[in-house]
Order: sequence, then structure tokens, then C-alpha cells
Amino acid sequence: MPKIRAGLLVSAIVVAFALASGSFRGAGAEETPSTAQGLAAWGQVYSVLTHPRCINCHTATDYPQQGDDRRRHVANVVRGPEGKGVPGLNCAGCHQETNADSTGVPGGHNWHLAPLEMRWQDINDRPLSSAAVCRQLTDRSRNHNLDGPGLLKHHEEEPLVKWAWSPGRRPDGTMRTLPPMSHDEFVAATRRWVEAGTPCPK
Amino acid sequence: MATYQINVNGQQREVNVHPSTPLLWVLREDLKMTGTKYGCGISACGACTVHLGGIATRSCIVPISHVGDRPIVTIEGISQDVVGRAVQEAWVEEDVVQCGYCQSGQIMSAVALLKHTPKPTEKNIEESMGGNLCRCGTYPRIRAAIKSAAMQVTKGGA
Amino acid sequence: MAARIRSAELSRRGFLRVSFAAAGGLVVSLYLDPSKAQEAPLPPQQPKVYPPDAFVNIRPDGKIVIQVNRLEFGQGVQTALPMLLADELDADCANVIADLAPAADVYKDPVFGIQIVGGSGSIAHSFQQYRELGAKTRAMLVAAAADRWKTTPDKCRTAASVVHGPDGKSATYAELASDAARKPVPATVRLKSPAEFRLVGTKVKRLDSGAKCNGSLKFGLDLDLPGMKVAVVAHPPVFGGRVKRFVDDEARRIEGVREVFEIPLAKGTGVAIVADKFWPARQARNALKIDWDVTGVEAADSPELWTKYRQLGQTAGNVAASNGDANAMDKVAATNRIVAEYEFPFLAHTPMEPLNTTVRFDGDRAEVWAGSQFQTVDQMAVAEVLGLKPAQVTFHTEMAGGGFGRRAVTDSHIQREAAVIAKRLRGTPVKLVWTREDDVQGGYYRPMHFHRVEIGIGPNGLPVAWRHVVVGQSLLMGTPFEAFAVKNGVDSTAVEGAADTHYNIPNLHVSVHHPKVNVPVLWWRSVGHTHTAFVMETLIDELATRARMDPIAYRRRLLKPEAGKLLRPLELLEKASAVWRNKLPRGHASGVSCHESFGTGVACAVDVSIENKRPKIHRATIAVDCGLAVNPLSVESQFQAGLSFGLSQLMAKGAITLKNGIIEQRNFDGYVPPYIVDAPVAVDVHIVPSAEAPTGCGEPPVPVISPAVVNALSRLTGKRYRTLPLVSI
Repeated sequence: MPKIRAGLLVSAIVVAFALASGSFRGAGAEETPSTAQGLAAWGQVYSVLTHPRCINCHTATDYPQQGDDRRRHVANVVRGPEGKGVPGLNCAGCHQETNADSTGVPGGHNWHLAPLEMRWQDINDRPLSSAAVCRQLTDRSRNHNLDGPGLLKHHEEEPLVKWAWSPGRRPDGTMRTLPPMSHDEFVAATRRWVEAGTPCPK
Repeated sequence: MATYQINVNGQQREVNVHPSTPLLWVLREDLKMTGTKYGCGISACGACTVHLGGIATRSCIVPISHVGDRPIVTIEGISQDVVGRAVQEAWVEEDVVQCGYCQSGQIMSAVALLKHTPKPTEKNIEESMGGNLCRCGTYPRIRAAIKSAAMQVTKGGA
Repeated sequence: MAARIRSAELSRRGFLRVSFAAAGGLVVSLYLDPSKAQEAPLPPQQPKVYPPDAFVNIRPDGKIVIQVNRLEFGQGVQTALPMLLADELDADCANVIADLAPAADVYKDPVFGIQIVGGSGSIAHSFQQYRELGAKTRAMLVAAAADRWKTTPDKCRTAASVVHGPDGKSATYAELASDAARKPVPATVRLKSPAEFRLVGTKVKRLDSGAKCNGSLKFGLDLDLPGMKVAVVAHPPVFGGRVKRFVDDEARRIEGVREVFEIPLAKGTGVAIVADKFWPARQARNALKIDWDVTGVEAADSPELWTKYRQLGQTAGNVAASNGDANAMDKVAATNRIVAEYEFPFLAHTPMEPLNTTVRFDGDRAEVWAGSQFQTVDQMAVAEVLGLKPAQVTFHTEMAGGGFGRRAVTDSHIQREAAVIAKRLRGTPVKLVWTREDDVQGGYYRPMHFHRVEIGIGPNGLPVAWRHVVVGQSLLMGTPFEAFAVKNGVDSTAVEGAADTHYNIPNLHVSVHHPKVNVPVLWWRSVGHTHTAFVMETLIDELATRARMDPIAYRRRLLKPEAGKLLRPLELLEKASAVWRNKLPRGHASGVSCHESFGTGVACAVDVSIENKRPKIHRATIAVDCGLAVNPLSVESQFQAGLSFGLSQLMAKGAITLKNGIIEQRNFDGYVPPYIVDAPVAVDVHIVPSAEAPTGCGEPPVPVISPAVVNALSRLTGKRYRTLPLVSI
């Protein structure tokens, strides 16, 4: 979909959304964010996506990462055909429905790797650029056909996304570090970016 | 402390332990089932592998509070399963073990593999067994035993 | 109650003590050296399990229980030694049961003089011993049968635990055992010729497989005794540190925690926590707040040590070998020299079963359960801590989950820790558990080493001069074993494999520096050969490449003619690997190495490619000369598996490092041994046929694999690899 038409459509949906939810944000709330504002909002979104709590499962390889140092996950666990591991080493075998704080293993429903279409690193485990990730996120042939509102909903409601903000304790008892802003702020930034027409940096 | 009803190898058992206690230690010290081994405590070695709700699970990192009513199968009970029996027999036939400490976990992982993939390729074996550590290094014989067990299971029409 | 009948005749080799248990079984023991013959310390009254100084117990039900004088920790000795005895005895194998003997004088290694498993010496040292035990027992059974049938021994024969006499008479060993016990023990006995062996030399499956595959076999960590408590110890973060003060109120609030108290350690002090079970003990340790005093102890630091070691390595140290002309190198032009420097890090053993010991102290006696490689030494240490004589300490040998040298420690530090705790909890059995973190961080590593080698190459591509400096901590200086290995400031365990090389290198000069470092060190499976073989075999390979010779051919050319234990395997390797070695697909390369250690010669060829930036070993072909292979299946297993152990040295995260005195690795996340993906996919083992005295296979697989793989990598990448572990290739 050409950008301009997409932008107009998104704006219309967003206005309808805002009216429906009654969430006025004060001056400028009904104004479509400018491209510049959208890019700034994208920058905030990108900073969350590339935080270890998120990017560790958005790998380009056949393994997940763990820890703030994003090292390869212990025990040679691999992606498997559906991103859920392999027989004998399924993700859900160790990662239970909720965090296991006494043993330091994070948990959440349907723990699995993001599909390769949603890799945010290269095969050398280096995060992709802001431009590259943005292009991926907005490419509907690769992002499971999510439009702007679909992306917003994903960020707002998907349990494994929300897990990043209650990631539990490490084996040494310390809390895992959180993404650089709250979940609410992340959702708000996503919304602004979507309202701006999901602009991407060059 | 809390009381939990758990299903182990088909039997209902009751234990009274702190909720944070990993399943591994409940099995070993409260139920006196020492076949499941402690090797590292951080899910890196696989010596503690059991089947929980039918899925190979590293019991050292699953607190008892997370188990619920999902059935647990340990090395002591795996012979009740036709694939389990085939794997154990292949392990003995192929003289796999050396010190043997890792082998409960190796067997439980191999059974999980064969139940899902009755005719595993070399790569299947390497991936599914890839997280089970053996310091003695019995890996080549483990490969041979898995292939042998796979043939037995196929022949038996399991 | 055991009655003991002393043999009227002293055998030429020693005297044999025979006793029989009240139930009527035959029990035989053997001392080899009359000058050391003494009353074996009688363990305190046991209900049944340990008849004193027994090796063979033929039970009325026909089972033959054989005591093994070594720890079984994977190497298969619990099968191989009984095989020797059972073959000479003509026992029915299906009824042989093997037990691990407790600590007692009678179970000492005949050569080492202490009860030990190490130095790959089990078969080599007890080969004759166990055969004689079997043959003498058989002779006594036959004598009893001959008596019964009023005939002579030469008219009887034995098979499958039955004596057959003239006229179709027969009697089982079980039926004859009591009578046989009353027979004099023969002074000498004929042993079977190799042609008569039924078991020895054949592939016999392990006796302990079944129990290890169904969870029923109990290791030391699995022990459970009535009233037993579990202890963990908080160790200082820097070796030798001491507890300044600790706060334990939070720890004591954890349900199941019984006691928290400071204890002395081998070096420094720590805090012991005793609880009903492991998990509360561990949680309590995490809840302890300890202030450590680390003043006055060296804070070893890896980068600093490397600087120091490299500096030391530039000059000669204490001389370990000096042949020919010390100045021969000066005559070699610089273009005909290789100068190479090698770095080897600290290595941890990390056997799969974490270290543990159980002790119960009862005031005038004590009982210990441990998977110990060093029973005599450990028993003495526990006795010392508890103020007892060794004879008052019953020391049970438990099956162990690997060892690789870690369970033979000259200061018996784990047993001492356990004894100190048990002393405080008199009457209560206490199981001390070292967590994997304790194990990775607790010291007793293969020491780090630096090598500097300068080689002068002659016109034919063979070396004409070799100057070799080794830098590394001494394992045995300052220990009771110093006299065995240290002479003229040289700990032979640091230079073995280089100073005594079998290559015919004229003008060979090997020397060593032994810095003192505040890191406890220990032998790691194959000891000095772990690093010397890597240096020798990669340099020899480099020479072969320079000389444009095939690596096997070059080695055969350079080895001394008397180095049969290497020449024979090399010849066999050439044949056995011919089918693949020079026919590899693109992206693959072969690598070769050979090395002799502990009397056994090994040649190795590997097929390697690079996958995911790591060496992928598709195949390893091994040829080995270990003299007579008592159990060829066991030899095959040892090599197939031992290669994987050896690959620990190449793993990207296969190093223990220190920063300001603190170990940087914690567990298998930071110190990563080989998994199945890192191991050779297939290993074929070829044994040189031999009737010579057997030599061991426990350690010999380890030194050859790392250099062979790296030699293959060098062919693929053109680089030389002289720093381990292989962080990147």
C-alpha cells in the first residue's frame, strides 16, 4: 500500500480510535503527529525492541540469547522447525507458564522464538539498524500481515511482549533489567508512530 | 512449607515442602528417588531431565509450585513405556555408559526424541541430545544406541 | 565373625591370608610384599557386607563377589579386574558380582603402595595380582574336590564355577567353598597362557550398565542414611581468605536449617550450613552475609600471571633434559629456526557428579562414604581431623560419577571439610555437598602453563636442536608426594611428554620454572601430557609441513627405533585410515598426532571441517598399543569417550580465569565442556595385537586429540594455533 494512502487510512482509524476510546491527550491530540514526531517515536520503539528482554528472542540464528550480555543460551538449545525447540529440548520444557524466581528461569505462556521474519539481528548477533528493523516491522509480507493498529495491538496485548516488563529474577536473585521505558510509554510511542504513518528512517 | 499432590510414574504422591523447592530435590530427597541427578542446577547439563506433562523437562529449575497435576515420569518409571524400554535395552546392548551419572538424563532425552521422531537423522540426534552433557564423552556410543533403539521400536511396531 | 587361618607356607611373593566367614564362604586375600605384611586393620563389626581383607567371596547361592581395589568412576575397572580373576578362576561370569572395596591395607595398589586409582595403573599394576588371586582360589577349590573324590588335582578340570572329576563327578564352587577355605594356599600357581583365556582379550560388556540405565545405581551423592543431614560450605572468594564476621539470622529462619558455624578449611576458613535437606542448606547459604578477610593472601590475576610466565619463559629454568650440545642452536641460521610460544589456561575437571562425602563420627570410631580415588590418604586425613587412628575409620568406596583426577587430592580437602562438620554433629551422619559452583570455583585445577620452544631445522627437514622452556606450577612440591616426582627443582609431571620425548632429537634441552601461585592445582587426566603433547605434536606437524612430508611418514622417520609403542600404532593408523585420510571432500582436512603416556602409545587421525565457526570432527581413527588388551570393548570405549574429554581443551569457553584473586567462571554457563556437537561423530579404534604386559587406557586418549584437530585446522586455515582454548578459529 502506497505510503500516503496508508497514512490517511491510519490517521482516520486513529481518530476514530481516539474518539471511541475517549482518550484525549490534550492539545495536539487530534492532530496527526508529524513525520518528524513519528520518527522520534519510532526511535523510542526501536530502543525497546533492541533491549535484551526483547531482542534475545528475535535472533537471526538457530539459537536464542540470554542475559544482558546477550550470550548464546545455555545447553545448545535450538530454534526447531516452529521456533519452539526440538524434541527433548522444547522451550516450554523449561520455561513454564510463569517466571520461576526461586530457580531464576523466566516463564510465560507459549514461550518460543520469534519467527525468522522478525529477526532484529544479523547472523553475527549484531542488532540491525533502526532503518532495517523499521522496514521489517512495516513490511506486511513479512510481519504476518499486521497493519499499524495490528502492530499497536501486538505491543499492547501480546503476553510475551508484556513479559519484558515483569521478567522475573535471575538465578542470583537479582531482578532482570527492564526495557528503557515503561510498557505504557512503549505503547504510547507505538501509537504516535502508527498515527504518523509508521515512518521509517532512511 | 506447603503440601502438594503430584503424580509420579503413575502414582499419586504427597509431599510437604517449601514452594520454591525444585522438582529435582523433591524427587531425590522427599520421595527418595535418586535416579534423577543433580549436575549443575542451572539447566545447562540435562542430568535432571524428567518428563513433565509428556515434555522433557529439566527438573532442577522447575519449582514444585509450578508442577500442578501434570504427570511426571522419571528414569525409574520410563521402562513402563515401550520406547523407554527399547532405549534402556539399547543402552546396555551398546555398552554406552562409563561413569553413568549423566545417563538417566541422556535416556530421558533420547526417549523424548524417539517418541516424537521415530527415525531420527544424525542432525535430529545432535540437536535433541545437544544439551545433555557427558564428561566421560560417551557421545559416539549414545548416537549408536539411539539408532539401534529406533530400529527396535520400528520393528516392534510401536 | 571371621576366623583366620594363616597359611603355613610363605609364598615367594608374599603371604596369603585366608579366612572364611561363618556362613561358609571362601574368602581369600593376598599380600605381595612379606616385609609389609601385617594384620589388616579390622573394621568394626559389620552385620555382613565387608568381611575383612577379602577379594573373593564364593557365596552359598553360587554368586561370586569380587572386591575391586580401585574406585570405579567410568573407566571400567569394576568389570576388567573381576574379568581377570574370573578367567583364572574359571568362574561362571553370569554369577560374578563386583564390589568396590573399602579402605584397607590389603587393597593397596601393589606398585604405588597406597590404595589409589590414577596414573592409568589399575590394569597394569593389578594384572598379575588379580590373576593370581583367581588361580590360587581355583587351585584350592580343585584340591578340595580332589580330596572329596579321593583323586588328584591333575585329574580334575574346571569350567563355569564347577569342578569336574573322573567318572563324571562334579561339584559346584559353592558346594566346595567351605572345604576349600581349609586348604593351604599354594605358594605358586600356574597362570593361563593367552591361548587359554576365555574372557581376557574378549569384548565383555560392563557389569554395571543395567543399574546405571534404570536409576537404581547409587552414587555417593545419592546416599541416604537414617537421621542424615546435608551440609554446604561458604568458601572464601579468594583462596586462603578467612571469615571476618558473618550474619546468619536470615539463613537460620529458613525452615530445615539446623546449624551455621565457622570451620577451618585446607587454606583459610569458611562457614558451614547444616540442614535437613540440600535445598534449604543452599538457600541458607545464599542468605548468609559474610565479611571476608582477604588480606595477606595473593590475589592471583590471569593477565598478570601471563605477563610473569612469558617473562620467565624467555630464559632457561631448572634442567629437565639436556642431551648433546647446548649451543647447537647457535649454528643454525635464523631462517631455519622456528620459535613458538604456547599458552594453556587453568582447567577444571568438573566430573558430572558434584563432589560430596558423608561422614558420621561416633567418638571412638567414624564411618565415611566417598567416591574417592585416594582411599588410604583420605582415610588418614579423616582420622587426623577426628583424633582417631585410621583403623578406627571405616571408609566405604562409593561409585563415582567421573573423577579425572579430581577425586585424588593430596590434602584430602573435601574429606577434611566433611570430617570437621561431622565432628561437631557427633552421632549424626552428615553429607557434605559441593555445588557445581563450588566445584568450578573451588580450585585444584590443571595449572596454567607457558611454553617457549626454539627449534633448529637441519637440511633434511628434521630438527637438529630443540630448546624448550616450560613454565607452570608444580603439582607435588610441598606435598607428601614430592619425593616421587620432584628432583633438582624439576617436577617431572610438568615436563613428561617433552623431556622424555621418543623423538630422536639431537641437542634437546628442556627446562622448567615452577612459580608459586595462590591457586590450588592438581593432576587433570593425563597430567603433564595435556600440554606437552599439544606442543610437541603441533610443532612436529609444522616441521612435517615444512619438509613437505606426510605427517605420519615424518613421525615414523623421526621416532627413535626403539619407540615401538608409537611406531606400531603409527603403522596401524596408516593402514586403518588409508580408506579416508587422503580422500577427503572439499572443506575437510585431516590432522595427525601420536603420543605415548603411562606406557601406552597412541596414534590419531581426524577428519575435520569448520561448521558454525567451530571445528567439526567427522571421524577419528585411533591406533593404540597398550600391550595385551584385557577387555578390548573397554579399550574401545575409553578411546571413543576419552577423545571427547580431551576436547575440553579446545572449547571456546574452556578456561578458568582469575581477576584480582576471584574465579571468573561459575558453572557450565561460563565454563563449557564438550557436548555432543563438539565430539567426534564416529571413532574407530584399532588395537595393536600384543601379548605384552598390559598398560593403561584411562589417560592415553586425552593428549592426542587436541593437537590432531588443531593440525587439521591449520591445513584448513593456514594459521597456527598456540593459545588454548580455541576462542576463535
